[in-house]
Amino acid sequence: MMTHLDNLESKSIHILREAYNRFGNLCMLWSIGKDSTVLLALARKAFFGHVPFPLVHIDTHYKIPEMIEYRDRLAREWKLDMVYGENADALAQKKTFPDGNCTRIECCKNLKTEALRCTLSGEWPRYRMNHDTGLYERDENTEPYTGVILGIRADEEGSRSKERYFSPRDKNNDWDIGDQPPEFWGQYKTDFKPGTHIRIHPLLDWTELDVWEYIRRENVPVVPLYFNQGDGKRYRSLGCWPCTSPVESEATNIDEIIEELKTGKFANIAERSGREQDKEDGGGLEELRKDGYM
Amino acid sequence: MDTCNVFDNKEMNIVIVGHVDHGKSTVIGRLLADTNSLPQGKLDQIKALCRRTDKPFEYAFLLDALKDERAQGITIDTARCFFKTEKRKYIIIDAPGHIEFLKNMITGASRAEAALLVIDAHEGIMENSRRHGYMLSMLGIRQVVVLVNKLDLVPAEDRQRVYEEIVAEYSAFLQNVEIIPQHFIPISAVEGYNIAAKSEELPWYDGITVLEALDAFKEIADGDDHAFRMWVQDVYKFTNSRDERRIIAGTVSAGRLHVGDEVMFLPSGKKTKVHSIEGFNEPEQTSVSTGKATGFCMTEQIYAKRGELCCKIGEQPPRTGSLVKTSIFWLGKEPLDTEKVYKIKIGSAAVGMRVEKILGVLNASTLENSEKQTVERHEVAQCLLHFERPLAFDLSGQCADTSRFVIVDDYEIAGGGIITDVEEDEELEKKLIRRNVKWIQSSMTPHERESYYRQQAQLIILTGNIQIDKKEIARKLEKKLLEHGKIAYYLGIGNVLYGVNSDIKSDDSMNSPEERNEHIRRLGEVANILLDAGNILIVTANELIPDELDTLRQIIRTDNIRTVWVGVDNRRAADFDFYYPVPSKSIADELAQKLFCI
Repeated sequence: MMTHLDNLESKSIHILREAYNRFGNLCMLWSIGKDSTVLLALARKAFFGHVPFPLVHIDTHYKIPEMIEYRDRLAREWKLDMVYGENADALAQKKTFPDGNCTRIECCKNLKTEALRCTLSGEWPRYRMNHDTGLYERDENTEPYTGVILGIRADEEGSRSKERYFSPRDKNNDWDIGDQPPEFWGQYKTDFKPGTHIRIHPLLDWTELDVWEYIRRENVPVVPLYFNQGDGKRYRSLGCWPCTSPVESEATNIDEIIEELKTGKFANIAERSGREQDKEDGGGLEELRKDGYM
Repeated sequence: MDTCNVFDNKEMNIVIVGHVDHGKSTVIGRLLADTNSLPQGKLDQIKALCRRTDKPFEYAFLLDALKDERAQGITIDTARCFFKTEKRKYIIIDAPGHIEFLKNMITGASRAEAALLVIDAHEGIMENSRRHGYMLSMLGIRQVVVLVNKLDLVPAEDRQRVYEEIVAEYSAFLQNVEIIPQHFIPISAVEGYNIAAKSEELPWYDGITVLEALDAFKEIADGDDHAFRMWVQDVYKFTNSRDERRIIAGTVSAGRLHVGDEVMFLPSGKKTKVHSIEGFNEPEQTSVSTGKATGFCMTEQIYAKRGELCCKIGEQPPRTGSLVKTSIFWLGKEPLDTEKVYKIKIGSAAVGMRVEKILGVLNASTLENSEKQTVERHEVAQCLLHFERPLAFDLSGQCADTSRFVIVDDYEIAGGGIITDVEEDEELEKKLIRRNVKWIQSSMTPHERESYYRQQAQLIILTGNIQIDKKEIARKLEKKLLEHGKIAYYLGIGNVLYGVNSDIKSDDSMNSPEERNEHIRRLGEVANILLDAGNILIVTANELIPDELDTLRQIIRTDNIRTVWVGVDNRRAADFDFYYPVPSKSIADELAQKLFCI
């Protein structure tokens, strides 16, 4: 008898395998958050203990330090092909919100959207972990990735609820929300024009609660920032520290988080309510996403 | 109180369809609000936005989260909302009602187990009320509840009459497309009549509410009782990570698979047994059921590839063929063209396809049939399709995953359909299946034979440009292998052409595509016997192309095959295991070293 989590897991694995078969230059974005870490755990299941494509992290240099530590530890333990990219110019010229030189949305555009676009296309340097030394070295592979796997979920907010499992992006990384390809009967858009790429969303049908229940069932390691460390606060959604605030919560472990989501005070509060960039405009995140934000 | 565990396993996808502006989004907004399913942040966000843009708040705005849609006031793409009743969790899929967005309606509806179809009482049954009804039928969604909406806009004394007229007319239409709706419910989404609670405003109605109707939908039974079907999605061997397992990966479309089961891959007709069911971070499994994304290892290493359909011997086999009768719906911007080559995808199989004949075109809204020779966007048609290669599949009504397909035009999915019948043909696949079924088993297994001979049967295919002498390399390799105690045999295609093939051998046989195919098939059959006998077999033939290698792989039961190309042809480097642009005396020695370490 397949349970609800079994069904979600199998569907996601099917999508991951389809992506691996159809795309020669495939990568998975790993934000270090719980969703993309669940995605990583699913990839290991799909490929029987292996992750046969690189994991790409966009480093804004404003991530909470524990996140980077955790990233590199897991990369070493699980022998991951770990790659990161960044917007070196914007950081050098201090074109960021914490430096007081732009709005939160502009900062997201610089450090995430632009960095992502140019890392995926190979225009900007990529840095790859050398497992012999544990250090990052400039990656010689500058080929554009044609398939990019992301851990977004339909229940997070409006624009993500309209996504396809396989969603095309044009040459400028733009998402044409008004003319998305049809997707039915488990058949996806895997044919694409040169210069375009496809974003693949295996977690689209998962809810926040599903993610936590799966983390518990599969013992997926997550950053301790998700738990209350004794100060009555924990992160519900992880981003850059200047724009992400922890929520009041006593939950110190996975069971307590699940309890909190099911019956407690978060049962009816949006998950990204701690993300400031969503609030700047009627459609902050959807504007960002059209430009290529995750 | 922890109520969620009660329905942890139950989640149902419901699609809401109907003509544009008939109030689908409002129904959902109302369902979310009345079941307290709205995240607090979301409601505030929309209300604040309405204040800023000077618009009165509407329930529909909860869904139309995108600016484009708010500006146009219509849903253009499917959105998903999550809510729960005391019985179970729901994902409600909001499908657009505008004709332009039929492809999005199909995307949404194909994910659903049941449907709510909304009709505006004020406006009555419109084109897309009918078209969507037809599409639900085509998509195989049989659980339908019809909501007659906006009754608040009809004068109280006319409501019952208007409602009953719609019920009568629309029931008759649905009957034609083989849908019997479970309920008709008179509602007003804006006023909340009969959504979560019975309304005093419609006293003549004594049926159930929308929420009750949702809870009455039945979950689709799993397909465990059906004959086993699994598309080969991929074959994995992660040798670089020092993992020698060769795993056939796929998702079970129907039935169950157990360790020890004898399975067959179609259309190739190859047989093997399930050695183990593979998994990661889960207890060892001896069987898997419908819906599971899984993988297994085989007892005998045969060559199976993506696009083949795995079934169990002793159960109802799938059909195979290349000429099929289908019902299709067309979404392409360009009409369906009988001159064009499209790509068809069924499960993991994908091949080139031509439309052999358009048998009839149906207007999905009026159900009128016409004998046109083109199928326009949003039309439905019966077509005879011709695949470039035979495929395995089931006929419609048996197993959804193996009887439905999509049509790809250039880079886009441009249509979908179901296979209703197949024209039987005598293709290679049929011959192979018959051969495998009729094969007289020796009491020796291939494994036992290997241990007697102390070698694995292996085929080495030596091919390349016509002017290159491959025979000499083969002779040298054969000699070297024999000298090292191997049982090896060299077979040139010429040895087959004038004997086994004498009935079809003409002067220019190898340059006539049809004759060439048959020569290669027979070479494959002879090689298969010599390999079954346990030999290391070296075969030479001129300029074998990848398709021909595939044919040989399909015929030959072992997958222990190595291919060698000799001569300059850069396209070949990737297609062959070994590529020697320049012929040299040392090739035989190099091959012996690389393949047998001698």
